[in-house]
Amino acid sequence: MAQAAIELIGINKSFGAVRANRDINLEVARGTIHGIVGENGAGKSTLMSILYGFYQADSGEIRVGGKPVSISTSNDAIALGIGMVHQHFMLVDNFTVLENIILGAENDALLKSSIAKARSELDRLEREYGLEVDPDAVIEELPVGLQQRVEILKALYRGAEILILDEPTGVLTPAEADHLFRILKQLKEQGKTIVLITHKLREIMAITDTVSVMRQGTMVATRTTKETTVGELAELMVGRRVLLRVEKGESEAGAVKLSVKNLTVKDSRGVTMVDDVSFDVRGGEIVGIAGVAGNGQSELLEAISGIRHAVSGEVMLDGKPIDLTGKADPGELRDRGLAHVPEDRHHVGLVLAFEENENSILGYHDDERYLKGPFLDVDAIMADAKDKIEKYDIRPGNPRLKTANFSGGNQQKIVLAREMEQDPGVLIVGQPTRGVDVGAIEFIHKRLIAMRDQGKAVLVVSVELDEIRSLSDRILVMFAGRVVGERGPDATEGELGLLMAGVEHQEAAE
Amino acid sequence: MSTPYAKLPAWADYGLIPLINLSVAFIVAGFVVMLVGENPFRAAVILVEGAFGKGTGVAFTLFYATTFIFTGLSVAVAAHCSLFNIGTEGQAYIGGLGIALVCLSFDSVLPWWVIFPIAIVAASAFGALWGLIPAYLQAKRGSHIVITTIMFNFIAASVMVYLLVGPLKPAGSQAPQTRNFLAGAELPKLNWMIELFGAKIRSAPLNICFLLALVMAFLVWLLIWRTKLGYEMRTYGHSSKAARYAGISETRIIITAMMVSGALAGMMALNPVMGDQHNVAIDFVSGAGFVGIAVALMGRLHPVGIVLAAILFGMLYQGGAELAFEMPAISRDMIVIIQGLVILFAGALEHMFRPYIQALFASVSPKSVGMQAVNGKGA
Repeated sequence: MAQAAIELIGINKSFGAVRANRDINLEVARGTIHGIVGENGAGKSTLMSILYGFYQADSGEIRVGGKPVSISTSNDAIALGIGMVHQHFMLVDNFTVLENIILGAENDALLKSSIAKARSELDRLEREYGLEVDPDAVIEELPVGLQQRVEILKALYRGAEILILDEPTGVLTPAEADHLFRILKQLKEQGKTIVLITHKLREIMAITDTVSVMRQGTMVATRTTKETTVGELAELMVGRRVLLRVEKGESEAGAVKLSVKNLTVKDSRGVTMVDDVSFDVRGGEIVGIAGVAGNGQSELLEAISGIRHAVSGEVMLDGKPIDLTGKADPGELRDRGLAHVPEDRHHVGLVLAFEENENSILGYHDDERYLKGPFLDVDAIMADAKDKIEKYDIRPGNPRLKTANFSGGNQQKIVLAREMEQDPGVLIVGQPTRGVDVGAIEFIHKRLIAMRDQGKAVLVVSVELDEIRSLSDRILVMFAGRVVGERGPDATEGELGLLMAGVEHQEAAE
Repeated sequence: MSTPYAKLPAWADYGLIPLINLSVAFIVAGFVVMLVGENPFRAAVILVEGAFGKGTGVAFTLFYATTFIFTGLSVAVAAHCSLFNIGTEGQAYIGGLGIALVCLSFDSVLPWWVIFPIAIVAASAFGALWGLIPAYLQAKRGSHIVITTIMFNFIAASVMVYLLVGPLKPAGSQAPQTRNFLAGAELPKLNWMIELFGAKIRSAPLNICFLLALVMAFLVWLLIWRTKLGYEMRTYGHSSKAARYAGISETRIIITAMMVSGALAGMMALNPVMGDQHNVAIDFVSGAGFVGIAVALMGRLHPVGIVLAAILFGMLYQGGAELAFEMPAISRDMIVIIQGLVILFAGALEHMFRPYIQALFASVSPKSVGMQAVNGKGA
């Protein structure tokens, strides 16, 4: 067996009463790709933060290359050859690639010599690992896939032998993800050790050598990837059997409930993000919009829900027009039966500082059910919140708890409960299961399909292709602000992937 | 990454930490007193005795506290809507103008209990108006409220100087102030309240505005936590995006919050003008609006905290005056330094000792510390 690059022995970490990591033992062999999977809140990020010096373990030992070490800051970790690529990139947007690479490693007051040195070193790294990036490009002008490459280069530049990647494919297209995996394999061949944190089991199967599963702060199993299955891993993660694909019957599409014609939306900088988009959503069907993040889906949702003004377009709700170019207000649309589960639940769909019950009326706080004159009817709000907590199995079931203290999945359930329980005619949902654990995903998908079966029109936008394919009755693909194709639910991933990358669209244009 | 702060039990959060901050402020202030060659312990005794030792001292302390409750509430209401109203000073000053107009017009014909409600309305309306203009500029033009409210303090000061040396000054008078109000515009004193406890009062300005302030504190609590409007203000205060999503009009909520804030600031003027001086003089607000910022922050934007913090600052004002009188080496400016230290430790450096206390709590009793830290994304 290869020598261990990292050994974690008996790691414990508590935050107050919550034991985020209990007695964790982990051994990562040198020159391998080791996956760590687990639901949100299982303790994966805490464990990696301990390894990278953000947190101190309460007890336990870390060994790097066989020697016991103490890591109290990220500088210690870097000195030991541990590099981390965060889920949210730690790059300065208006700096060039080169400037970002030397950030924190500038050795002199004058940058000239370090820049020259960095340039030649970067050149060598790029050639060695096939990580081509223009060193003089400004970060904000690079696509996310390349930005991630810069993060990897940054770690390598600092001499990382062990790379930790936290949910690296969340923002990538399937093609970009494939490219990333090729890079990781190349790094592995060069003798680097890679730790991959993810909740996507298929990625684990595709690329890792070994996989460890965490659940509720403990390490429940370590398997050789070749000898395990997706089903087994999912079961280990959740602690019970899960349905990976929700079963659903044929859709019985009825009348058109939401009709969008020639909708054009610009963002705050005046760039056209949604370009002449038209589609219909009928009652009793789920229409899924697939696409790589940033191709106008967010703006489309914001425009239809009245949050962002559209430039032009005709939108009909239940056969009656709504003026999205200036007059429409999210409150008015809600009254007309359009419910919206926004993509960003942390800043839009919820107020994290509020108690759970306060969030359960957000947007419906004008409703006289929750009011006594100008006053909030606290008893009615509480009863209503408790009712939703029960129906949607929101945990912990305490309506007085601060919303920030709920896990991602439960926060999403709070939003879904609020929007679905208003019995809307049209439900639009952005990223229904982003940052949500496997158990809750199953629940949310079932609920969405139940809405459909009640004859509601459901529009789902997601960057998770699997989700779109398993939920939708019709799939629209967005690329560069346009709908570039419509497919049935049986479209292959490759077919959709090409559309998402704009390939077919460009061919068609020629 | 998750938030670095774990939660503390409420009593530590709202009791222990302010107490530690306050103690440190007084210890540092003690060194300053030593530096000028006085005995800090004797100074502390004089300060506390001056504020709470005699009935008169208590009455003065509560009189100052009344002023600070109003300005503290004013700042807090705006802050709940994430608006930093630095214009409380000017709004209170203009509130005084409203009171002057009411009192000068009616003090010869109406009794105080008729004039008082009219004056409350006038003070609120004038204060609210002075909050409305910056609010409109913020909501419609995006002019930053901090900048505009500061500028409106200067405009208020200039307007009042013009009026008090011109139209509102009685002919022949040399003082830049209105004529003294007649008995009809004088508010009843509350000295009997303190005399109930057996203390003797010589003459002190504590008046029924203190009760009004407590009522307003309750109403502010009701507004913020129990009404739809307060809910909308807090939603906007925490996240303007969530407010937009919830269909809350940004323009309407900014303007409403600033008008309520301005009205509370305007009411502050009732206390010195109708309760004590019985005229409107130049610069009668004298910084109470700015103290309100410290009071609101120290009181954690909660009315109960604000009342307590206002009493603390009332004590510093009253006890400080005694101290400056008893110890000649300690000038009026030294008192300002002590106040500054309180603001520094209780406001600006609020979180300085927090991590240590949390570590202490976590090691002694892990259960007392909440679960916040593990609930970021990922994990």
